[in-house]
Amino acid sequence: MPKDGGIGASTKRREDVRFLTGQGNYTDDINIAGQAYVHFLRSDMAHGRINAIDTAAAAAMPGVVRIFTGADFEGIGGLPCGWQVTDRFGEPMQEPAHPVLAQGKVRHVGDPIAAVVAETPEQARDAAEAIVVDITELPAVVDMRAALAEGATKVHDDLKSNLCYDWGFVEDNREAVDAAIKGAHHVTTLELVNNRLVANPMEPRVAVGDYNRATDEHTLYTTSQNPHVIRLLMGAFVLGIPEHKLRVVAPDVGGGFGSKIFHYAEEAFCTFAAKACNRPVKWTASRSEAFITDAHGRDHVTKIELALDEEGNFLALRTETLANMGAYLSTFAPSVPTWLHGTLMAGNYKTPLIYVNVKAVFTNTVPVDAYRGAGRPEATYQLERVIDKAARELGMDPIALRRKNFVTEFPYATPVAVEYDTGDYVATMDKLEEIADIAGFADRWEKSQDDGKLRGLGVNCYIEACGIAPSNLVGQLGARAGLYDAATVRVNATGSISVMVGAHSHGQGHETSFPQVVAEMIGIDPSQVEIVHGDSSKIPFGMGTYGSRSIAVCGSAMVRATEKIINKAKKIAAHLMEASEADIELKDGQFTVAGTDKSVAWGDVTLAAYVPHNYPLEEIEPGLEETAFYDPANFTYPAGAYACEVEVDPETGKVTICSFAAADDFGNIINPMIVDGQVHGGIGQGIGQALLENAVYDENGQLLSGSYMDYAMPRADDVPFYVVDHSCQTPCTHNPLGVKGCGEAGAIGSPPAVVNAVIDALQRAGKDVSHIDMPLTPARVWAAMNG
Amino acid sequence: MYSFDIERPTTIADAVAALGSDEAQALGGGQTLIPTLKQRLAAPAKLVSLSGIAEMQGVCVADDGALCIGGATPHAVVAREAAAAYPALAALAGQIGDPAVRNRGTIGGSLANNDPAACYPAAVLASGATIVTNARSIAADDYFDGMFGTALEEGEIIVEVRFPVPEAASYQKFLQPASRFALTGAFVAKFADGVRVAITGAGEEGVFRWSEAETALSHEFRPDALMDLSVSADGMIEDLHGSKAYRAHLVKVMTARAVAAAAG
Repeated sequence: MPKDGGIGASTKRREDVRFLTGQGNYTDDINIAGQAYVHFLRSDMAHGRINAIDTAAAAAMPGVVRIFTGADFEGIGGLPCGWQVTDRFGEPMQEPAHPVLAQGKVRHVGDPIAAVVAETPEQARDAAEAIVVDITELPAVVDMRAALAEGATKVHDDLKSNLCYDWGFVEDNREAVDAAIKGAHHVTTLELVNNRLVANPMEPRVAVGDYNRATDEHTLYTTSQNPHVIRLLMGAFVLGIPEHKLRVVAPDVGGGFGSKIFHYAEEAFCTFAAKACNRPVKWTASRSEAFITDAHGRDHVTKIELALDEEGNFLALRTETLANMGAYLSTFAPSVPTWLHGTLMAGNYKTPLIYVNVKAVFTNTVPVDAYRGAGRPEATYQLERVIDKAARELGMDPIALRRKNFVTEFPYATPVAVEYDTGDYVATMDKLEEIADIAGFADRWEKSQDDGKLRGLGVNCYIEACGIAPSNLVGQLGARAGLYDAATVRVNATGSISVMVGAHSHGQGHETSFPQVVAEMIGIDPSQVEIVHGDSSKIPFGMGTYGSRSIAVCGSAMVRATEKIINKAKKIAAHLMEASEADIELKDGQFTVAGTDKSVAWGDVTLAAYVPHNYPLEEIEPGLEETAFYDPANFTYPAGAYACEVEVDPETGKVTICSFAAADDFGNIINPMIVDGQVHGGIGQGIGQALLENAVYDENGQLLSGSYMDYAMPRADDVPFYVVDHSCQTPCTHNPLGVKGCGEAGAIGSPPAVVNAVIDALQRAGKDVSHIDMPLTPARVWAAMNG
Repeated sequence: MYSFDIERPTTIADAVAALGSDEAQALGGGQTLIPTLKQRLAAPAKLVSLSGIAEMQGVCVADDGALCIGGATPHAVVAREAAAAYPALAALAGQIGDPAVRNRGTIGGSLANNDPAACYPAAVLASGATIVTNARSIAADDYFDGMFGTALEEGEIIVEVRFPVPEAASYQKFLQPASRFALTGAFVAKFADGVRVAITGAGEEGVFRWSEAETALSHEFRPDALMDLSVSADGMIEDLHGSKAYRAHLVKVMTARAVAAAAG
């Protein structure tokens, strides 16, 4: 039985029973007796100076409990930024204040000006409309280049400029890279935009604040990927609530994709207002509100140059990027275009010299932060696009050019400060060529030609860095948090197990896959193991789920805690069987004494731990519960190769994805079915970015694609049936499971494959098109073809 | 949504009477009006639902061969019940929005709203249909009056739409990627006395007839007949999803595809 449900089994997701039958418990399902509702009055202009706010009429309206403005938050901390980047010149980034409610100025459409707490959501909204705000509109700063121009309007009056930082990496490589590019046989240059995206989890954000006057305890229920991080940031930096008086609960969460990592104003507000009003206070975002308040993703403008020699060997790489921060620094925003982006610029290739320059820019737009992949998709996209362009310019096969430059020996220290522990890029490319039937492309191209369609093949590689760590390193890089994780394994008297984990599951299937690991280690049925997560009062600590870190970091903590459990259980078993501890073996849930037929069952040992009648009390404590914190020695480096085939309609420019194949190396795999699903979802989002999604602001800072009427999400018929393979496995060398992480790979690896395929299709048709910026909408492709 | 009163009349006469009061607004299937209300972009004092009026429901063929569709008939019903009499029209109805939209949205609601990217206006104009209201009959050529504009008077209700059935017809729409409304849609209808072509989604003034194409296709009903025609970008819509030039181009492409499909 354990073999069926242990590591490597495609066990069906147990959490889906409640999700698919409408029995999940999401934050909006939480209603507390006596709760009031908050409606935020939000700025409808991108940039303005608040002269006065008159709430008198609104306060007199039916059902209004209290109205809050920025003045109520004077002296209270603003939303903190969790990462401080140091610029090229050794100076810290410019870090503006981020008030809970606007103070003095509004800086993006959606910035909260006031908050009305009332008996019903409708009354709160009615009263919010009656608030009179005297506001002077200021010029909106939208375009990043204009934002950096001399004399530009400043988003933050107290900062020197709209430049957050000018980051160089590795700064010491700068001159050598410049020289190498200058003297190179061939330099391929590409300017591109990595389009701004809205995360769009199915569940919009919700927060419910509760306060117990008798015990002075606060509880925040919130749609978060990392409740302990919210407790730390909000308790310590915003509201000054000690951890033992603040509980943060993130129950079932309907998707995050990064946008629910961050600490948002609404969470702090509901927690604050619950005490101020002495009532539970609830906020539920509308979808329209989500578009203008959830942190956006990507939004880079990049120039990349790749220098090559006569044979196509990569000599040097130089990139310059403008990265949009939006109006404020969201929690981890500064890290995304820097340490999550520059460190990945080597990709799968042994380019000896690399220099990355990033200027982060404030604009009057929604803050931008991590979105599925976070920096790594931006790195992969520009690198894999410029390689493709170089191959065409040199008349080389794009796959051959990549193979020629692959890193083949591990560990490999890149020129951008990271060390890949394992990998086999040749193997994943071989696998890709097989599953994508690259050899059969010519026939398929002919067939498309007969149908009047332009067929193209796009191939690319990717590497990502998951489980960002170790903490002492990331501290040096500017992180204001540790990046370990924790797990407590609590064995109950009859042998069932609750594992309290710091990782948070909001679509990843932890409740299924984590028990597979514990069950495998002990040799019991996975149904005897349950995962507890998402409640700071129930779990020891945890940094949550993002960056494909859960199984690599938290899973490793769980393994360490389980090892402690097994060690203790062996002591108990040795006592029960009157044998030496060194002779005890555990297999299939049975403890045996080596070389004898003595055995005791797992349940007998666990019962003895809690009913210690026959028990070595003088040597060990009763009970069977262990906690471990795990701080990884390094990132993990999943990698792979992706292929996409498209047909372009020459009359309309419409791109249809015919096939998509992914060959990934995720190291060891716990549940292949869940991994398939993660890759499918990631590719779907990557195709969304490549063909459909675009958050577009006009020159006044109004979000033009602020609803699903104009923001195109991928639908089922926009994506093909995927072919995914993860049989190439080079286990991670530094974590106990040998796992690497799979959550973001699809979103990182797929956009360049799609764009490469479209460019290939157009070039095969004789069109002189070397690049089209994402999303490759029919209109853009048609315009490029007819340019 | 602001609060409002609602009336559910069961006869056209009662509906007309209910719409006589100040700030009353007719509610068809609500596929545009309800989202507008939810966003608090409209605040009618009273909604008069037209969905409970039996005489405004259903699809039938009149003695003169015209296909008659009650103004409150949902798209899904048209898709099903008009399939035999007017397949191109039924196909159009079956491709509006998604199943939920098709089960609620009505032909009368769509035509009264006259969204510049809606599908039905193209069918009505290309078919030379007649809009029958509680007060009069309006020819399609006299009905549409610019973006979101129609010949309807305040309180006037579309009770029926009468479609002459062409010999051959097809509607081809190119989807706006986000909303999946028509970025550009072409309805081509071939009658014994000539061809009519109506374009939706493209024009700043809403649905329009492409008369040069009609002349060319009346002479020769083949896609190639359009080959030498060009469509001016002037007056086309330009937005996130396509330039004026792109829409002008799509007018020709989608018309040619409609002709090809109709000529089958």
